[in-house]
Amino acid sequence: MAKKETMTINMGPQHPSTHGVLQLVLELDGETVVSAVPHIGFLHRGVEKLAENRSYHRALPLTDRLDYLAPMSNNLGYVLAVEKLLGITDQIPERAKVVRVMMSELTRIKSHLVWLATHALDIGAMTVFLYCFREREDIMDMYEKLSGARMTSYYFRVGGLSLDLPDGFEDDVLKFIDGMPAHIDTYEGLLTGNKIWQKRTIGVAEISAEDAIDIGLTGPALRSSGVDWDLRRDNPYSGYEDYDFEVITREGCDTFDRYKARLDEMRESCKIIRQALDKLQPGPILADVPSVCLPAKQDVSNSIEGLIHQFKIISEGFKPEPGEVYQGIEAPKGELGYYIVSDGSANPFRMKIRPPSFVNLQALPQMIEGKLLADVIAAIGTLDIVLGEIDR
Amino acid sequence: MSQAVVAKLKGAYAASVLEVKEYRDEVTVTVKKEDIVAICQFLKDEAGYNFLCDLCGVDYLGQEPRFEVVYNLYNITTKERLRVKVPVTEEEASVDTVSTVWSTANWPERECWDLMGITFNNHPDLRRILMPADWEGHPLRKDYPLQGPDRELYQGRIS
Repeated sequence: MAKKETMTINMGPQHPSTHGVLQLVLELDGETVVSAVPHIGFLHRGVEKLAENRSYHRALPLTDRLDYLAPMSNNLGYVLAVEKLLGITDQIPERAKVVRVMMSELTRIKSHLVWLATHALDIGAMTVFLYCFREREDIMDMYEKLSGARMTSYYFRVGGLSLDLPDGFEDDVLKFIDGMPAHIDTYEGLLTGNKIWQKRTIGVAEISAEDAIDIGLTGPALRSSGVDWDLRRDNPYSGYEDYDFEVITREGCDTFDRYKARLDEMRESCKIIRQALDKLQPGPILADVPSVCLPAKQDVSNSIEGLIHQFKIISEGFKPEPGEVYQGIEAPKGELGYYIVSDGSANPFRMKIRPPSFVNLQALPQMIEGKLLADVIAAIGTLDIVLGEIDR
Repeated sequence: MSQAVVAKLKGAYAASVLEVKEYRDEVTVTVKKEDIVAICQFLKDEAGYNFLCDLCGVDYLGQEPRFEVVYNLYNITTKERLRVKVPVTEEEASVDTVSTVWSTANWPERECWDLMGITFNNHPDLRRILMPADWEGHPLRKDYPLQGPDRELYQGRIS
């Protein structure tokens, strides 16, 4: 009489394939997963509580460190939410909006490159990893030229941008997006027709459209299940309504479709950046709202009013009216939402961040229960999670 | 359009709707906490708000009631947002769970319990999610120290 037993094993939090500090307690029957329970919180830094003790300007660098693979997206979401709270969304100058779109799309490419590199590496295709990171170095060089930092850029400000584009920046971007489609074709050539890749990804980690909407999935994972929803097109922000791009939707619901969807999204991002470069015109980069935006540097050095203005904003900050807003943006991983409550003081009363990866990770047990252990790795990779965002 | 939804909600649940506010083109409805599950089911089935973007708690220390649980909803077909708020007192810090209406509410409610201390009745799995399992206290409350329970406050200037 054979007794059937399951084995409980622990995967993580230190594990090369969990994309961060994620712990999965798996109950296995042979190689089939009976149940999977994710444990998170190893990277919890208390960002929301910290933000309550800082002024609005000073809470902005905290957002860089949420989804550290797409820092400018986090910045953008926060900045748009605060601008909405202040009511100055229509005073943002055109140049600032165009640069914001351009950098958001470069950030999307950057994030998807890391996703592809680590996803392929986990499944076994080790060549793709360094190819993607080579392209990513170009983007990080551009980040560094623009903001001074390769990763935590802190480039956008409430009211516009912090610095104008340096000379030659547009040529760098143009050179990058001229070469990018060829690189994406290289990655596809290595993976799409590859029998091993197809066996590992087709039919793996499926989730239907109704289940996906119910569990709260957003971003490319939701669009690969057939739901046509993209916040850039549906609730546009920062001038996205003026750009011509396709929203990539696929019907297959499995890992292969999410892979193809993200590759096509990278191509669409190149298109958007090209349109943004064409739209770029000289002009101011900060809104003309003296209570919020810092004055120009020559005013600060040469006049007492400029100096006092700068001092007031840095030391005190601005005080929005009491109220609350929710701003959602289409971050590379899904819908990144900021819910900010103001009580009339200089610090945000409550800043709740709705991280896409947090909600997407809820779908993981549903995707892998009853499947093989090897599919767990593919499923974590395809959800594209980053623990900095999940744990905040 | 959101105004039409609010009018429909008021028609169906007139006694529960406490306040309706519109700020910066966003509509916020405050309702009583006893009817929250019925109202959420109504909004999902009748008004088409099939996506729960976010669920969080806010601590208004010093005000009565002390907490508010905020539900940010989204209608994928009409691309509209709606916010529903539920006041929760400190003595009875509990709300019914809406994870029967949208399964996505599961983890955000766990986070609300973990960081704010608001219990969710009938939740399938209410345990700590971000803090360690044996932690005491609810860190995001306003009377919880920023630096943690057993340290001195940072002496430098942060704001």
